[in-house]
Amino acid sequence: MFHRESGYYKTSYASDSALYPLPIARFAVAGFAILFFVVAPLAVSSYYLTILNLVGIAIVGALGLNILVGLTGQISIGHAAFMSVGAYTAANLATRFDLPFWITLPAGGLMAAAIGIVVGFPSVRIKGLYLAISTLAAQFIIDWFIVHTPAISGGFQASIQVPRPTVFGIVLDTQRELYLFILVIVVIAIVVALNIARSRVGRAFIAIRDQDIAAEILGIDVRRYKLMAFAISSFYAGVTGVLYTYYSGVANNEFFPLVVSIDYLAMVIIGGMGSVLGAIFGATFVTLLPIAIDLVMSSLGPYLIDDMGTLSGIKSHMRLILFGGLIMFFLVVEPDGLNRLWLNIRSYFRVWPFSY
Amino acid sequence: MDMCAVWYFVETTINGALIGLMYALIALGFVLIYKSTDAINFAQGQFVMISGVMVAALAADYGVPVVFGVIIALVFMIGFNVMLERIVLRPMIGRPVVAIIMATIGLAAFLEGLFPMIFGATTRALDLGIPNDPIIVGQVYLTPINVVGGAVALAFFGVFSIFFMKSRKGVALRAVADSHQVSMAMGINVERYFVLAWSMAGVVAVLGGLLWGSAIGVDNTLAVVGLKVFPVVILGGLESIVGAIVGGVIVGVIEAWGGTYIDPAMTQPWFREFFPFEGGGTKDFLPYLLMIVVLFFKPYGLFGKVIIERV
Repeated sequence: MFHRESGYYKTSYASDSALYPLPIARFAVAGFAILFFVVAPLAVSSYYLTILNLVGIAIVGALGLNILVGLTGQISIGHAAFMSVGAYTAANLATRFDLPFWITLPAGGLMAAAIGIVVGFPSVRIKGLYLAISTLAAQFIIDWFIVHTPAISGGFQASIQVPRPTVFGIVLDTQRELYLFILVIVVIAIVVALNIARSRVGRAFIAIRDQDIAAEILGIDVRRYKLMAFAISSFYAGVTGVLYTYYSGVANNEFFPLVVSIDYLAMVIIGGMGSVLGAIFGATFVTLLPIAIDLVMSSLGPYLIDDMGTLSGIKSHMRLILFGGLIMFFLVVEPDGLNRLWLNIRSYFRVWPFSY
Repeated sequence: MDMCAVWYFVETTINGALIGLMYALIALGFVLIYKSTDAINFAQGQFVMISGVMVAALAADYGVPVVFGVIIALVFMIGFNVMLERIVLRPMIGRPVVAIIMATIGLAAFLEGLFPMIFGATTRALDLGIPNDPIIVGQVYLTPINVVGGAVALAFFGVFSIFFMKSRKGVALRAVADSHQVSMAMGINVERYFVLAWSMAGVVAVLGGLLWGSAIGVDNTLAVVGLKVFPVVILGGLESIVGAIVGGVIVGVIEAWGGTYIDPAMTQPWFREFFPFEGGGTKDFLPYLLMIVVLFFKPYGLFGKVIIERV
């Protein structure tokens, strides 16, 4: 964080794209690992662990959407539908065949990836707004399909109770155990996302984002890589859906409406498109925003407004206003999002205190 | 087939087409902005909602006559849209499509929070003095609000076509839509025409708010009408005003058929043997399904401008 980079020169291509750019990065990663794996579960109370769990789940989804939107430059306004697909796949497998989480989790992801390829297929021919709307269509169609097919949704209420996952014979039913479970998945998701971005596939994605016709002339199979981006991204979304299902103990399409798709897009954009760290920032910010608003309004509100009914109404409206206002603010004022702010802070301290 | 079923079919189709014209009216606001400023407005439904809410709330809570309410709403919407263009969308010219889409989605959330907070979230009726008794032509029963809505939409399209074809400003706006740079070189003040396009979209939104508000009542759900705009504009083609009308009518008719024929069919045993679906509600996604099918054959819609890309 506050280390100096002077004296380290990148002399080869491999060192430029290394996962740990500097030796100190290893220590930083080790420090974060201790903080999140050891300190957090011991020191943080159960209520705040629920919030951390929600943040963790959101990070997985945002990382996936970032691969599609930030790296490949395609748009999906139907990502919540993929989460729904993952959630119901896992729930059906877990309840009907008693399968453990290490089968249902990838299975949910793979099912979502398969649907994602189908949904992404129009991206071969169309782009921009046309593509955005066709993924929006996918949201409605998949949602309708799941709710109206009792074989998938489990009947009238469209919700399926899911047993808690078990690891080495331990049932994960407290927030602390769930936290560690989700954290492991989040770490895997981050590592995979980082490695995709610096591999051949990731470079192909970026080439397609910047100019897809030029990328095709360079010999990149645009169709294949676009569909691959959709597949990877919806795999992440499917895993997010499965995690949310295990977290809440029930699979329900009410958890994944259009608004959730928009929330995830907001995470990617507020965080900063195309960067893994940005997706993490964005997911944290968007998840914490309503909680923070609720907290502030609950503590300040009673002094300003007497009627509790009006207060809760204002709270829900306030969330929308701030959420929408912040998205517009970030897009106009800081297009590269929170990640850019962080980089600005870092580059200020890079030469501090000799900042001339 | 007996005559009754034929009349019923005609009635469903005509009512659907009239509703489709009302969709087309809202879609027109979207197309106007996209054509002339390249901005994609996901908040068109919210524009319709806030103008409807404003007129209805002024009438119900403050006793302002509907006519004055409409004038206030018109002035407000034009001012609001001009400000919006200036503050939010002009700095974003040339940015990726996803950024502009996201900004207007943010705007949509903003408006959905702000207006119910100011005017209250209750559902209000918006009475324009249109009678409720069906209009009977032959054996066909037509809903009056749909007839009025369709007629207003058609009249508006007529005025618009004359404006675009004959008037000096209309021609200039078409030039701006074609190419910003060339029209700038020809001495057209492009930014002024951006403002004009946004204010016209504001007028269309107020009109849509009045018609839809009196058809289905005014509250936050009025914005859902905005979601129907997308299949309409994509079917017709984003740059085409004719496309908006054709797309609107297609979407309206498909919805009406879905509600009248497909939903009941889904409860029949012969259908359920093949497709184990439950319940109806097909009208919500049929337009989108049709849209995707059309996109596979015509990637720029029925009347859209085919873009030839160069590196």
